[in-house]
Amino acid sequence: MPVTQETLDEIALSRAEYEAIVDRLGREPQPLELGLFGALWSEHCGYKHTKPLLRLLPGKSDRLLVAPGAENAGVVDIGDGLAVAMKIESHNHPSAVEPHEGAATGVGGIVRDIFAMGARPIALMNSLRFGPPSEPHNRFLLHGVVGGISAYGNCIGIPNVGGEVVFDPSYSGNPLVNAMCVGLIEDGRVVSATARAPGDLLFLVGADTGRDGIHGASGLASRVFVEEAEMRSAVQVGNPFLEKVLIEACLEAIKLPGVVGMQDLGAAGLTSAAIEMAERSGMGLRMDILKVPRREEGMTPYEVMLSESQERMLLAVTPGHEDAVRRLFEKWDLDATVIGEFETGGSVRIFDGDAQVTETPIAVLTEAPEYPFNPPKPDWLSRLQDADLSQIPVPTRSPATIFLELLASPNIASKLSVFRQYDHQVQNNTVVPPGGDAAVLRLKGTKRAIAMSTDCNGRICYLDPFIGSAISVAEACRNLACVGAEPLALTDGLNFGNPEKPDVQYQLTESINGIKAAAEMFGIPVVSGNASLYNESRGRAIYPTPIIGALGLLDDATRHATIAFKNEGDALVLLGAESPWDDVAGLAGSELLALTHGRVEGQPALDLELERSVQAVCRSAIRSGLVSSAHDCSDGGLAVAVAESAIAGGIGAVVHGPEPERWDAALFGERQSRIILSLPKENLVEVERLASERSVPFAEMGSVGGNRLQFGDMLDVPLEQAADAWHNGFDRATSI
Amino acid sequence: MKFAVVVFPGTWSERDCHHALTTVLGQQAEYVWHGDRDLSGFDAVVLPGGFSYGDYLRCGAIARFSPVMDAVIDFAEAGKPVIGICNGFQVLCEAGVLPGVLIRNEHLEFRCSMTNLRVENADTAFTHLAAKGQVLRVPVSHGEGNYQADRETIDQLEASGRIVFRYSTPDGEITPQANPNGSAANIAGIINERGNVLGMMPHPERACETLLGSEDGNVIFRSMFTAASKVAAPTA
Repeated sequence: MPVTQETLDEIALSRAEYEAIVDRLGREPQPLELGLFGALWSEHCGYKHTKPLLRLLPGKSDRLLVAPGAENAGVVDIGDGLAVAMKIESHNHPSAVEPHEGAATGVGGIVRDIFAMGARPIALMNSLRFGPPSEPHNRFLLHGVVGGISAYGNCIGIPNVGGEVVFDPSYSGNPLVNAMCVGLIEDGRVVSATARAPGDLLFLVGADTGRDGIHGASGLASRVFVEEAEMRSAVQVGNPFLEKVLIEACLEAIKLPGVVGMQDLGAAGLTSAAIEMAERSGMGLRMDILKVPRREEGMTPYEVMLSESQERMLLAVTPGHEDAVRRLFEKWDLDATVIGEFETGGSVRIFDGDAQVTETPIAVLTEAPEYPFNPPKPDWLSRLQDADLSQIPVPTRSPATIFLELLASPNIASKLSVFRQYDHQVQNNTVVPPGGDAAVLRLKGTKRAIAMSTDCNGRICYLDPFIGSAISVAEACRNLACVGAEPLALTDGLNFGNPEKPDVQYQLTESINGIKAAAEMFGIPVVSGNASLYNESRGRAIYPTPIIGALGLLDDATRHATIAFKNEGDALVLLGAESPWDDVAGLAGSELLALTHGRVEGQPALDLELERSVQAVCRSAIRSGLVSSAHDCSDGGLAVAVAESAIAGGIGAVVHGPEPERWDAALFGERQSRIILSLPKENLVEVERLASERSVPFAEMGSVGGNRLQFGDMLDVPLEQAADAWHNGFDRATSI
Repeated sequence: MKFAVVVFPGTWSERDCHHALTTVLGQQAEYVWHGDRDLSGFDAVVLPGGFSYGDYLRCGAIARFSPVMDAVIDFAEAGKPVIGICNGFQVLCEAGVLPGVLIRNEHLEFRCSMTNLRVENADTAFTHLAAKGQVLRVPVSHGEGNYQADRETIDQLEASGRIVFRYSTPDGEITPQANPNGSAANIAGIINERGNVLGMMPHPERACETLLGSEDGNVIFRSMFTAASKVAAPTA
């Protein structure tokens, strides 16, 4: 019987896709099978619009232990017998519908991806985007999301070491909630999400299965949704306590003989997890869903297979070892149930007790169609890029007024009131806490440390998705350089609008190519990632927002830098430019242009070779112990960056330079590839030598000291006044 | 000294305590599962931080019924040192080993930040290596660390020198601004009448290395294993 349009809509498959299924199966799919296809061919699981592009990303490195996309997360060898697993993932749509649980379960999901690799999760970061806090609904979303991350993350004993909180009208009603997790593998054993041989048993461990989250992948994440309240039942509810014991139990379980593979349950629940595990193992799978422990009675096979109940994992176990596995989970008061068995052949056979419900070739289920595209550049984008910024009037208000407004703007102001709600110290490794350019975590038992950062400027990506995305990579790596770390690997959280629209296709194509170009310049792989499409509200796509998570390594944890000025009398140096003052080109996509002129336009620019050299100089200056502080120039430009270092250190600064072209661009332009160093005067010669060795422009631009912030003849503000604006701006803008 | 570090389901500071006691301070430490009932062979007990049983119902309310708690109470009654940190403090209060309760922070948010603790009593098994009035930099990380008790209990704690730490300014002033959670009388840590059980919300195990920002927490553990037996109990 032909399927109804209503059914197809419910699972977000097109008529053409349905016909492709019929064609490949050689028959009509059964209702349960259709549900499996709906999930596995969803954008969220099947990457229909992004797969061809994602193949472009560099995925090779001597340090790589797992090929990108092959397992639940990327794994990088960091020496000393240690390896790091990392991944970023989005939970945007659930957070839009139910911010607290949406964000909480986003944290839970990414953590399971990491310990599924056999890695103990050692750090989290969150990259958040909301509409303007002046709208009550955006404040509701902000507080709900932060509360959810805090409630879930703090309970599971993984430090949350920062990230970003950014506001822009483009995200009104469609917040972005991306969570990055990093885990440590200490015994050299990377766990694979595979079984070894036919006959291996499939264990479901952890929480019971309920009706929550059905159609999360196909419904929430893979199309534009209109009525939010209607979708609330598609959001899962998290239990962080269960997650915590599940982490401990699973990390113990992988040490048991006979436990050969592990896989987390995320989007599309058992369907995605079990079938992908069989596919990866190159085997068939027989499952009896009657054996799945349930939270409620009367659940249909369809509901059991598509439930997104949280805090569940799958294990592949060699027969004969069941009792030991059960005993271990019993110790942690967790269920561990055999629900199936891997077998020869290439089909998944689903039983409800003795009755076989379906038998479907796995290859057909997991080969979602691909939709490559080659869209033209939109005309509106050329117009924005061609805007003549020199025609923008210099603000009539004073530089001091603008400066204090920028410091107090919620995008720039201190996010301490968010970060202090996250436990950022548990596990006793946090050397540089949230609020700096990158977080630094020492590696116990070694002299070394890892650094991590997330970054993306959506406005810049909107103005030029290629350059903007390259800038996201550059900034994430620059943040690492500012603490003294060498970048090792990237993970990307691609947040875009509806991929069926040509403009969004253009943004996706350019963006991924931009990430590729920058990653190749830094010589590092993109080891994992996630694509969240269909992000739009009120009919408009969000800014293209490829959030880049970067992982770096420090050889000596004690040789790191922070942003805070340390000593009166230190010299101030700018790496990457010959003058401290930027010019009008630096206003493209700047915070100043958005805040004071309400305009988002101009052509962003990036010189990747210069960028790489600036970072190398910064890193070697820090590693040689030459600098007192390092901070990159980003949102708000040089004046804001100097102010942030001054406020963090409680010491003022004087900056001087040649006669500027115009003060607004000079102080607040956001030209890339600039890092501010403070250093003892006697180290100036050596740092200048490091810069000239790599042909990096260098400006000696003043000194640290006093209790004012002075920039040439343009700006002179008491540090205390700047600190008040910066410390309190966020709370003033976001209080309920 | 050999420390027992008790692990309930949901505990997350046990590894941090173990690291501070062994790697940093050179003592012996072993994990003790909440289902165990035997603490023989241990010289001191640590109840670490975390969210035992998810802190569902009330913080520490379920953990107090764990089998190990009978042994902890016997251990305490035998006069041996017990330190409850964060969730461990909450468990000790729920178990009636220490008076009072820890309720939701006054501002209703979780708070992870550095605090300054003024040592109010340097004549205890946990502080005898510190000086009275000394200020220790030790971080807090909790949503429910607001110490409250009835007036009489607070008065008794004050009078008998059982308030061991108060939240203060870096200069040792006791001010409302220095109080991260609204605790009565800025109380950060108290001891039992006998002086062998300390409960504190801040995490001394997170202040054990300069690389991580402070090593002021070590004085508390050091006091425990340095000639601890010679310290007199405070007068009731």
